[in-house]
Amino acid sequence: MNGLLFLIPIALGLGLLGLAAFFWSLRSGQFDDLDGAALRIFVDEERDAAP
Amino acid sequence: MTAAAATPLIERDFAVPDIRCASCIAKLEQGLVRDKRIAAARVNFTEKRVHLTHTPDAAMPDLIGAFSLLGFEAYPIGDAAGEVDPEAATSRDLLRAVAVAGFAMMNIMLLSVAVWSGAAGVTRDLFHWLSAAIALPAIAYAGRPFFRSAARALRHRHTNMDVPISIGVLLATGLSLYETATHGRHAYFDGAVMLLFFLLCGRWLDSVMRDRARGGVTALLRNMGTGAMVIERDAAPRWVDATALAPGMVMLVAAGERLAADGLVTAGDSQIDLSLLTGESAPQAVHVGDPVHAGTLNMEAPIRVRVTAAGAGTAIADIARLMGEAAQGKSRYVRIADRAARLYAPAVHGLALAAFAGWMVAGAGWHQSMLIAVAVLIVTCPCALGLAVPAAQIVAAGALMRLGVLVKDGSALERLAEVDRAMIDKTGTLTLGRPAAVNLDAIDPVYGPLLLALAQASRHPLSEVLTRRLVARGVHAETVEIVGETPGFGVEARWHGHSVTLGRPQRPLAGDALASELAVDDDPLALLRFADELRPDARQAIAALRSDGIEPTILSGDRGEAVAPVARELGVLAQTGMSPQDKLAAIARQTAAGYKVLMIGDGLNDGPALAAGHASMAPGSASDAGKNAADCIFLGDRLMPVVQTLRMARRTQAIVRQNFALAIGYNIVAVPLALFGLVTPLIAALAMSGSSLIVVGNAMRLKRGLA
Repeated sequence: MNGLLFLIPIALGLGLLGLAAFFWSLRSGQFDDLDGAALRIFVDEERDAAP
Repeated sequence: MTAAAATPLIERDFAVPDIRCASCIAKLEQGLVRDKRIAAARVNFTEKRVHLTHTPDAAMPDLIGAFSLLGFEAYPIGDAAGEVDPEAATSRDLLRAVAVAGFAMMNIMLLSVAVWSGAAGVTRDLFHWLSAAIALPAIAYAGRPFFRSAARALRHRHTNMDVPISIGVLLATGLSLYETATHGRHAYFDGAVMLLFFLLCGRWLDSVMRDRARGGVTALLRNMGTGAMVIERDAAPRWVDATALAPGMVMLVAAGERLAADGLVTAGDSQIDLSLLTGESAPQAVHVGDPVHAGTLNMEAPIRVRVTAAGAGTAIADIARLMGEAAQGKSRYVRIADRAARLYAPAVHGLALAAFAGWMVAGAGWHQSMLIAVAVLIVTCPCALGLAVPAAQIVAAGALMRLGVLVKDGSALERLAEVDRAMIDKTGTLTLGRPAAVNLDAIDPVYGPLLLALAQASRHPLSEVLTRRLVARGVHAETVEIVGETPGFGVEARWHGHSVTLGRPQRPLAGDALASELAVDDDPLALLRFADELRPDARQAIAALRSDGIEPTILSGDRGEAVAPVARELGVLAQTGMSPQDKLAAIARQTAAGYKVLMIGDGLNDGPALAAGHASMAPGSASDAGKNAADCIFLGDRLMPVVQTLRMARRTQAIVRQNFALAIGYNIVAVPLALFGLVTPLIAALAMSGSSLIVVGNAMRLKRGLA
């Protein structure tokens, strides 16, 4: 029973942390271009720098 | 760079429908910044947009030219870069509500599992109170969309789906609070929050779908004649937006530009492409003093036009009025979910009330009767029904978007599934609506690099067509020294000591045929003919329409002689020389005969017909009016997406019906259990999530097997 006093707030706190992180990512535009983000990994950014 | 940093940069968005792969992103982002005036370019792949930051001296035609050089077509999107879209904000609000409800649901579930598995006494009370502490703020926040809509409906003295939802959630919460306070066994916080979560998911999907399509459509809108270079006395020409144009101004319209206003030609001779306005495919020659209209395309040489009417005063205002009238019929369509809700909401209210009354009469006491009534409300609440339609439609719309079809909203898919007649415009719909080099294959490939070098130096529409076609074939330009472009004649360059030209043929061709000639030292080498071609798969698409039981006919504003070859080649009946009113009347006749007509068209003259059709589609190259009126827009040169969209719409409708059947089947099982007081919070939670997952899983099947 005493364990619950710690565990429940921890569980809720972690959940809240996730919720806050989601709101943050939503606001910072990480969901604006989902398909593009998947493709950008193939883009060779350094191509212009190389001669 | 230092000079650019001193002046404020302008930000602008462009729609680029041809972004299809990772290399397009790289090509655009790295290629565009090679233009000194463009400081930064950022591609949004999902919305097929490019965000440019550029110096103020880069005018619109220069920017579009920069895209053209890379082999992409780009259309400017309205200037207001920071323009906040109210509907997009709604969708973000909904997503926040989904997140809050989801968070609350998971945590309450965590606590509920303990209660279900036998926690008793103080522990159970503690968990119930904790659940209440999470649920109350979450319901207050996430339930607002439903409460607001229900309150609105009740104020107008009618009921909608949100009324039973709101009553169910509020009653369940209130009763659970009472249970918690009196150390009761069952609290329905988990059920109430889960209900909100699933319903919000449905709402959010619906709104995302509308957003996405609207984003795509606004991206394509306003792409033509968004403004003009205006010449004023003692000043350099400046770019004026279409909305700011006023009668009396003199526009300088370069070859390849669309006119932004009606006017009279004051200088220059050219040919004007009227196809978007009248459907006529052959360009019309104009000279000083001739009237020209907004939305038409200047094909050949720069002209000066004195504006006589701009904005609402242009010749298209009349067509806009017709469109407004024609669209009224369509707004009477009631979506399938709403039709279901009309039957469902009273049934749910009635059942819950009957359960309460029945158990009261049977002597169960108000507490027990109330519990059962709430269980009925929660169990019948249309979780699965709320997801049945949007889940299927968003999966379908997503699949179609990958094919290059933008569906404006869910009701469009429902209506498309019902059509059994197709009426198709010719110019720009069955055909590409722009000149294509018809004999490029017959030209010796060794001329390719030279042709490309000359073509990309010019902004003439024929040159741009040629540039795109050659770049797409992987031709690399020869290095030449461009001498200059003579309007109305062509481009000239030096190449290995020879003078090479690409321009008007030395011997004039018969009729109004468009052609361009490559010559070295005045010695003609190759003659490129340009004509409006049928879309490459037009014949195949017509055959597929027929095999799907949809009989196509052609409605064209063009002359009979121009339509006949197309009609013969496709084996389709055609009506020709039709005015917008005629097209409207033709659709009205079919509708009166009981057919559901799909109108496919692109021009301004098709606008009213597109608005009047039971469903309508327009190609991405259509006029703004056409795109506004159409339910779907298909991008690219192929016509087959039309057929694929129709098939997808029919499959979606089948899935939606299956989903309804599943949801109703679930109710048939669950409602008697609830009526007899057998539904505990555990059973309610299982039933709700189970039926919702089944419905969503069924919708996912639409992802597969798209022809």
